[in-house]
Amino acid sequence: MSEIQYRTAKNIKEAVTLMAAAKGKGYILAGGTDLLVQMKAGTREPGTIIDVKKIPEMVRITEKGGAFTIGAATPAAVIGEHPTLRKAWPGVVEAINLIGSTQVQGRASAGGNLCNASPAADSVPALVAAGCVVRVQGPEGKRDIPVEEFNVGPGKTSLKPGEIVVSLTLPKRPKNASDAYLRLIPRTEMDIAVVGVGVSLAMKGDKVVDARVGLGAVAPTVLLVDKAAKALVGSTLDDAALDAAAQACSDACKPIDDKRGTVKYRTKIAGVLLKRAAMIARDRINGIEHRGHR
Amino acid sequence: MAKIHVTTTINGAPTEFLCDPNQTLLDVLRDNLGLTGSKEGCGSGDCGACSVMVDDRLVCSCLVLAPEAEGMKIDTIEGMADGDKLHPLQKKFVEMAALQCGICTPGFLVASKALLAKNPNPTETEVRYWLAGNLCRCTGYDKIINAVMEVAAEMRGAANA
Repeated sequence: MSEIQYRTAKNIKEAVTLMAAAKGKGYILAGGTDLLVQMKAGTREPGTIIDVKKIPEMVRITEKGGAFTIGAATPAAVIGEHPTLRKAWPGVVEAINLIGSTQVQGRASAGGNLCNASPAADSVPALVAAGCVVRVQGPEGKRDIPVEEFNVGPGKTSLKPGEIVVSLTLPKRPKNASDAYLRLIPRTEMDIAVVGVGVSLAMKGDKVVDARVGLGAVAPTVLLVDKAAKALVGSTLDDAALDAAAQACSDACKPIDDKRGTVKYRTKIAGVLLKRAAMIARDRINGIEHRGHR
Repeated sequence: MAKIHVTTTINGAPTEFLCDPNQTLLDVLRDNLGLTGSKEGCGSGDCGACSVMVDDRLVCSCLVLAPEAEGMKIDTIEGMADGDKLHPLQKKFVEMAALQCGICTPGFLVASKALLAKNPNPTETEVRYWLAGNLCRCTGYDKIINAVMEVAAEMRGAANA
């Protein structure tokens, strides 16, 4: 720890250069709500801490042609205060706003939640359902990664040496589209998901024309559950379709037993939450407000 | 280890300090600057005892690196009272016994002030969720929540008077 350095990057290029110079001991500091805890616990020992919050595109939300691009280090509280983003992607915003306490919300970012690569990360199932694309930059240039391919295992990302996450882009919404995120925790606040489900729907009349489902905390990484989405598309979210989609979610589970939940419980709950989240997304399309967890 | 020179504003006063690259803002406040009102409970962002405002945003100072404070505006519990005149929240916490041992109190006060600045008319549920990141092992929370609700009503009354 003796030679540890703190550096502030003024732009993305400088951050990438600092990462390369740190030779694998560089750590990006966004909100620090994971990094500082891990440093204290001794599980991460940075040579260089690279603060990216002075880079304007890292901490802003931009809207272009209906698509939203969220800077990777934008604090969750700032995301929660963005009116048009909330309207277009209420499920993504509620998922990001479930990460930690008010104090943690003031610092924690969606980019950090993704890079921490927890299978139970709250924002990720909603981002997977949303079809989010992750913009990455490194010594070889830029590339885009579908969010469901970004993490490869608990604590493991697909970032190559020297690469950093710059932003998360949510695609343009068709009319009559919305999303929802639900998680189950043993308490009412401040806990880690036993199961988390994100659902994004587009409807025409009372029929689902497009759907995506993201499923968290039941496998080494957050899953995109195509079979559940297929069961919903073409349906009116009738019981048969919801049952089929719930079964697809339960079938996709490869969970562990831990103090928060057993394999059996998680597998069942995955289906239950899928149904509830799909119905909330439909209600939102029909103009019925949901406060989500609060 | 080379020290980093930081220029910042704390409770309205221009302040400079030297810190290590991996020192937290909480450690600098307490150990370098003698501002011991902010407490270290957990050191991992779970308990809220170290709550401060950074650029008008409520954060845990144990999860902020001290060098990040460069050019920022920091507000701590020490800046809450106006000289000997207590802030209405501080007064009400005393009157309604919203504290016992007092370790969590500075964090609750800073967080409650931030809530009322954002939402002058919170429901009890909103107060409870907002303060979910502040832990108290003495009061059972009810007295704290009641005090914050009371102050919110008083401050709205004063604003309308």
